[in-house]
Amino acid sequence: MARTRKPVVQGWFTGDGDGVGDGNGPGSPGFRLLGTRCGDCGAVFFPRVDSFCRNPGCAGTELTEVPLSRRGTVWSYTDGRYRPPPPYVSDPAVPWRPYTLVAVELAAERMVVLGQAAPGVTVADLRVGMPVEVVPGVLGEDAGTVWTTWWWRPVPHDGRGRV
Amino acid sequence: MTGDVAVLGVGLHAWGKWGRGFVEYGTVAARAALADAGLEWGDVQSVVGADTVRGGYPGYVAGATFARALGWQGARVTSVYAACASGAQAIATARAQILAGLADVVLVVGADAAPKGFFAPAGGDRPDDPDWLRFRLLGATNPAYFGLYARRRMALYGDTAEDFARVKVKNAAAGAANPYARYRKPVTAAEVAASPVVADPLRLLDICATSDGAAALVLCGQEYARRRGVADPVRIRAVSTVTPRYPRTDLDLPDIATDSAAAVPEPPVAFRPSVARAAYEEAGLGPDDLSLAEVYDLSTALELQWYEDLGLCAEGEGAALLREGTTALGGRLPVNPSGGLASFGEAVPAQAIAQVCELTWQLRGQAGARQVPGARTGISVNQGLFGHGSAVVAVR
Ligand SMILES: [Zn+2]
Repeated sequence: MARTRKPVVQGWFTGDGDGVGDGNGPGSPGFRLLGTRCGDCGAVFFPRVDSFCRNPGCAGTELTEVPLSRRGTVWSYTDGRYRPPPPYVSDPAVPWRPYTLVAVELAAERMVVLGQAAPGVTVADLRVGMPVEVVPGVLGEDAGTVWTTWWWRPVPHDGRGRV
Repeated sequence: MTGDVAVLGVGLHAWGKWGRGFVEYGTVAARAALADAGLEWGDVQSVVGADTVRGGYPGYVAGATFARALGWQGARVTSVYAACASGAQAIATARAQILAGLADVVLVVGADAAPKGFFAPAGGDRPDDPDWLRFRLLGATNPAYFGLYARRRMALYGDTAEDFARVKVKNAAAGAANPYARYRKPVTAAEVAASPVVADPLRLLDICATSDGAAALVLCGQEYARRRGVADPVRIRAVSTVTPRYPRTDLDLPDIATDSAAAVPEPPVAFRPSVARAAYEEAGLGPDDLSLAEVYDLSTALELQWYEDLGLCAEGEGAALLREGTTALGGRLPVNPSGGLASFGEAVPAQAIAQVCELTWQLRGQAGARQVPGARTGISVNQGLFGHGSAVVAVR
C-alpha cells in the first residue's frame, strides 16, 4: 500500500512537501515556509498566527498567508548527540544518529527560524553567516504515512561543492 | 525602605536523585526554614507554593499540597506557575501579600522530583503547544538551544570551549563547599573536555543535570521581624517578573522562530537584560553595588551571557571577566558562590528559591567556606520557559 505524504504540521510550508506536480521538487524554488502577515501593521509571523496580530500596538485581525524568504544565513547551529524524548519519533531499536539543527536569519523578515539540516549536513559543514536555503524534507515514516517537513541546507555552489 | 520585606528563615533539602516524592522534599525544606525563623507552622498566615507536576514542569499542584503535608491549619494559600521562574514569582506573590497587609508572615516553598535525562513536554498529541512542537518537529531539547547560544558566542565574541569549561571548574569549586549541592567534587578543565558532546559545542559537564530538590523561605513584614527581635534581617528589596517586549528577537526555547522585526523595530533592551534592569530600578541600585550574583547557569556558556545581561561587563566581554577571576570566589564579584545549577542540577520550581536562600546565607555571613567577605547586596536572576523572567535583589 502506498504511503500518504502528510506535513508533520499543517500550513507551515507549501504543498504536501513531496514536490510532485507543484514545482516543489528538491532544490526547487517553489518550496517555501509559510507565515502570515497582518493587514493592518504588516507584522509577519512564523509559525503562522491567524486570529489576532501579536503586535501590542495593533488591533489587526486580518492575517493573510505569506511565503517566507527561501534563503537566509546561518545564525547558529548545533546537533543532538543523544536521542531526544517523545514526542520526537525515533526507533529505539536503531542506533542513534545525530541530527543537525540550524537557526537561520531571514534578512527580509528580520527573524530567525530553526530547522533540521538536510541529512548528511553536519556541524563541520556549517559556519555562522553561511548562506542556506530551505528544501522539502522528511521527518519520518510510519505504517501509512510519510511525515514531511522542511530542511535547511547550504546553498549549492555551481556543482562544485558547498559555498 | 518601606517596600522591603524581611527574610526570617531559609531552608533547603539537599539536592540529588533521592527517588522519593517532591512533597517530602518540600516539607523538609519548609520545616528547616521555619526552624531557622524560630517560628511554628501555626504562625504562618499564608503559604505560596511554586508549582510542579509529579515529574515534569507544567504546573498543577503546590501550595495546598505543602499545607496538607505540614498539617491543615487554615492558612491563605496560593500556587504559582512560571516554569523556571516559578520560585521567584512565588516570592513576588508572598511579598505582595505582606506589603498589601494580607499576611504578616508567609511561607514560600518549591520542590520537585525531576525525571532522568532530558526534560520533555507532557504526553499526548498537542500541536497547539510550542513546547510539544519543538520536540515533535525538530527534536530540539533544552541543551540544543544552549548549544545554539554557545556556538553563537564563539562566532561573535571568540569565546572558546576552554572558556566554557572554566565556568564549570569555577562553579564546581564553589559547590564542593556547599553541603546542599548534589555534586560536591572539584572538576578540572580536562574532565570537562573529556566528557561526551551533548549538543555541539557543549559537553555533558557544560550542561546542568536534572535533580530532586527543595527550597523554602519564611518572609515577613519588617515590623513583624522587629517584634520577633530580629533587628537587622536580610531584606528583599526588589522582585522583577517582567515579560519580553515585542518583537522578541532573541531565539529562546521553546520557540521555533523569533518575532519578526520587519514591521516593528526591536526594543532597545533585549529580554534578559530587561529582567535585570527592572530589578535594579525597583531596588534603586546597579551592578556596581553588588557583592555577589546567583545566575541560571543552565549551561556554562549561558552563565557568561548573564554577566553581560546583568551589566557586570560589556557585551562580548563575559569570558574576559571570567578569565581575570572577577566572578570566582575570592574575586571582586563572585557569581554562583552556591555552586550554581552546575553543582545543584535543576529542580525547576525550587531553584529560584534556592538562589535566594544562598543570597540570605551570604548576606548573613553564614556561608562558611564559600562566604563572600562583607557581602551586603546580592542579586539572583533567572528565566522561565514561555517568557517568564525574574530577578530578586536582597540587601543587608
Ligand atoms: Zn498588526
